Amino acid sequence: MAISITELYDLINREAQDDASLIAVLEGIQAQYRYLPFEALALASERLGVPLSQAFSVATFYHAFSLRPKGKHCLHVCMGTACHVRGSPQVLDRLLTKLGVRPGGTTRDRQFTLETVNCLGACALGPIVVTDGEYSGQMTPQKVDALLRRVAKVEGVASTSISPSTERADTCSAGESP
Amino acid sequence: MLRLTINDQLVEILKGYTLLQAAREHGIAIPTLCYLESLAPYAACRLCLVELVSARGSKLVASCAYPCEEGLIVRTNSPMVLDARRTVVELLMTTAGHLPAVQVLAREYGVPAPYVTLESNDCILCGLCVRACKEIVGVGAISLTQRGMAREVSVPFHISSADCIECATCALVCPTGAIRIEQFTRPARTMHTWTSAYARRACRLCEYEPPGEPFPTNYRELLGIQSA
Repeated sequence: MAISITELYDLINREAQDDASLIAVLEGIQAQYRYLPFEALALASERLGVPLSQAFSVATFYHAFSLRPKGKHCLHVCMGTACHVRGSPQVLDRLLTKLGVRPGGTTRDRQFTLETVNCLGACALGPIVVTDGEYSGQMTPQKVDALLRRVAKVEGVASTSISPSTERADTCSAGESP
Repeated sequence: MLRLTINDQLVEILKGYTLLQAAREHGIAIPTLCYLESLAPYAACRLCLVELVSARGSKLVASCAYPCEEGLIVRTNSPMVLDARRTVVELLMTTAGHLPAVQVLAREYGVPAPYVTLESNDCILCGLCVRACKEIVGVGAISLTQRGMAREVSVPFHISSADCIECATCALVCPTGAIRIEQFTRPARTMHTWTSAYARRACRLCEYEPPGEPFPTNYRELLGIQSA
């Protein structure tokens, strides 16, 4: 993915005020590129006058930041107690199989990121899968297929193109080693 | 001057000092692992916890960071404090029980082997290396990364830190010897996850280039520091 340096500079300058703006700057970069490229961290730390190690520390500490590109569509499966006893592990398993990633991982074509969350606070609707902010309640492994088909339709691709990646997929959690 | 009571002893101390400094000034011992006088307090190790007695009840505070106030009543060896200290040592022993610094504490406070042990780690995450690199040397080559069980001292992107000036301050302040100086083609800093071997440069406190002699690898022995 080509990163435009001027675009990065504009983005950083938009948020930057002093060294306390680091998180605000990183949030802007994450929103724009769906992850924090190395160049972005280096430029941001230089512009804000903080050591690169500090920018890296902040980037790896917060789950909101990712050092590897996230997928176009982010799927969050609730693994809280209520959803768990209602069968969310089976829902997760189905998604893992269909997408061919580990929890926290991103498909090779960078279309999907699959993550687990601890509780969404909507237990009566459990098990829940959140797709790009849209809540799907009372999920079952069968409904997972339907969900993925819907996303494929929105994308305009054949649903059969959503298949397990043949090569090992990246993880997208910040700082996680492959 | 402020007046407060530590262990039923009236103590006079200048404003701006912390409880730890006041206690040590008056010969009252409080253990620490992450405290260094030349660095800002970090209150990470929690060994320095002391009891603050008030009308509303007692609470534990980190004495290394708590500023002295007029009329405070402090206890450094009460059952509440000793219980907390023993818990801290027990938790330290889950990963660092092999370290002399921790064994000394375990003996002193009578802490038996913990119920659980995790993977052995020389680093106790006291943050002294990171803080010294940032505050004293002014470089900030290393930092604390990740969170929870994965938290570790590392270099940017776990690869290397081009900001490192090879001053060995991190190795010097490390209380456990987790950061070592090893001799490769040039002296290098190593920790179990990273190695730093760049050409030595002057820090902001040096007025001239450092002398030609490389930092000896047996510096701990020379300085009489107990090695890990």
